[in-house]
Amino acid sequence: MGKMPNACIDADNKKIVNLERTANEIRKNIIRMIYEAGSGHPGGSLSCTDILTALYFHEMRYDPRNPKWEDRDRLVLSKGHAAPALYATMSKAGFFPDKELQTLRKLGTRLQGHPSMTKLPGVDMSTGSLGQGLSVAIGMGLAGRLDRRSYRVFAILGDGEIEEGQVWEAAMAAPHYHLDNLVAIIDKNHLQIDGPCEKIMNTSPIGFKFKSFGWYVVEINGHNMIEIINALAKAKEIEGKPTVIVANTIKGKGVSFMEGNLEFHGKAPNKEQFKQAMKELGAKR
Amino acid sequence: MKQVLMSNRQAYGEALVELGKMDTRLVVLDADLSSSTKTSMFAKVFPERFFNVGIAEANMMGIAAGLATTGRVVFVSSFAMFATGRVYDQIRQSIAYPNLNVKIVATHAGITVGGDGASHQINEDLSLMRVIPQMTILSPADYYETKRAVYQAHNYQGPVYIRLGRAETPVIFDENYDFRFGVAQVLEDGDDVAIMAIGPMVGRALEAAKILRKQKINPMVINMSTIKPIDKSTILKAAKKCGAIVSAEEHSIIGGLGTAISEVLTANYPVPQQFVGIPDVFGESGESEELMDGYGLKIETIVENAKKAVSRKR
Repeated sequence: MGKMPNACIDADNKKIVNLERTANEIRKNIIRMIYEAGSGHPGGSLSCTDILTALYFHEMRYDPRNPKWEDRDRLVLSKGHAAPALYATMSKAGFFPDKELQTLRKLGTRLQGHPSMTKLPGVDMSTGSLGQGLSVAIGMGLAGRLDRRSYRVFAILGDGEIEEGQVWEAAMAAPHYHLDNLVAIIDKNHLQIDGPCEKIMNTSPIGFKFKSFGWYVVEINGHNMIEIINALAKAKEIEGKPTVIVANTIKGKGVSFMEGNLEFHGKAPNKEQFKQAMKELGAKR
Repeated sequence: MKQVLMSNRQAYGEALVELGKMDTRLVVLDADLSSSTKTSMFAKVFPERFFNVGIAEANMMGIAAGLATTGRVVFVSSFAMFATGRVYDQIRQSIAYPNLNVKIVATHAGITVGGDGASHQINEDLSLMRVIPQMTILSPADYYETKRAVYQAHNYQGPVYIRLGRAETPVIFDENYDFRFGVAQVLEDGDDVAIMAIGPMVGRALEAAKILRKQKINPMVINMSTIKPIDKSTILKAAKKCGAIVSAEEHSIIGGLGTAISEVLTANYPVPQQFVGIPDVFGESGESEELMDGYGLKIETIVENAKKAVSRKR
């Protein structure tokens, strides 16, 4: 456990720059779609954007033309309210056209306010009611082992979310089953709806808790692309136990007035704020 | 005539082992009650496909959902209290909403749990499961029907809730019994009043029918083992033929079989209906039979309600 060592793989600079550029494009789409929808969760979407980018454009094995491919890696977005980040990442990865992002939260859309696997192919699990995704990811991991498939399972949880008791039932079970095909990523953005996690219900020290439950723990800066991909690479090497990546992040990352701002947990930007946000993200117009 | 009693839980355990041999996709989960739910029988034969998750039902439902996303047929078991009430949200969010192929087979439902008392006697599980979209609900009456129900649930794609009790129930069918999803069985034909029953109340309804016939009332007795989707056509046929209905269930009178029947009657062909079921109270410790008698489920209560339903006909 502890800090991630300096780049344990040779950081290919060009690759990192590309990933960062992709993450920025995804951020723009997140802001656009939430503005268009008039509601949604920008804060927690922007905090896990770099993680999702690293997963979909570096780490995970999948085929957007065959979203049910049995050997694909799975992602469970347990913090389902970050759906805009998932959708923006998926469209960039080729699961559906960018244009459809504008249907977020609108009647008849495949892009529900929280992800629905029956509506949108490529979503591996329907989520929204917090605290359930890690258990589901364990089920996927157990199935992979039973079927002797080499796929891996990733679950993204919020640091507020882990106040839910079921998360700790799952935290106990994954090491019990020695699930080394499972990686949990905690998007530790330090804020939940009613205030700072430390004040509402302190979940720290998260790493120590998971370590004592039998997990391999890595703590990283969740906005540093090199650290994210190195942590994912390390998780792949670990045998006999699951890995949790505690990713320190900033809620609203990338848009100055949203960063660390509780107001934007679950609120869309107004017209002025939208323009400002897009300008900061370097949009042409 | 003495009734032959057999265990529905035993039928479940046997069916799991039989199905496990035929279908390698089948996996079973339990939360530290496997010797009571009889999933231990499966665990013994197929240890690699059995997961005892410990006393953590919420996690169990989530793991079941995850296994099902990969094409496995998943059976999960616990006592009905912990397999429904405790995990309503997990069933709703992670199993029913994504329409996953998870079969929740709950034992120890209802007041016949007996000595454990109200904390373990769930009389509201059918109500809870009935309001969840995409959920199919079965409440088999005897050993043979339980076996068939488990087989049918295994064949069916999507979430299913099967309600079993702790106590043994009178044998009504035999091994040739052809149970089908959504089809109620008329066990005895009649034209004065239709008694529609589930679970251990089917045996009692048949006893009540004998008494009624001696009193010149000719009852129809129907086994309503599929609670959802309910067999609307059999209900309406019976209503038209008899003009009066009695529902009988070892479950709260709120939200279970009686309510499901009255929803069909009220919207289509209203006739008088009497509700035999557990009143809106918590249970207590006692023997199964005495609890049934003490909480509104006496054979005589069915008889009285049948007469009352007949008398309410216009």
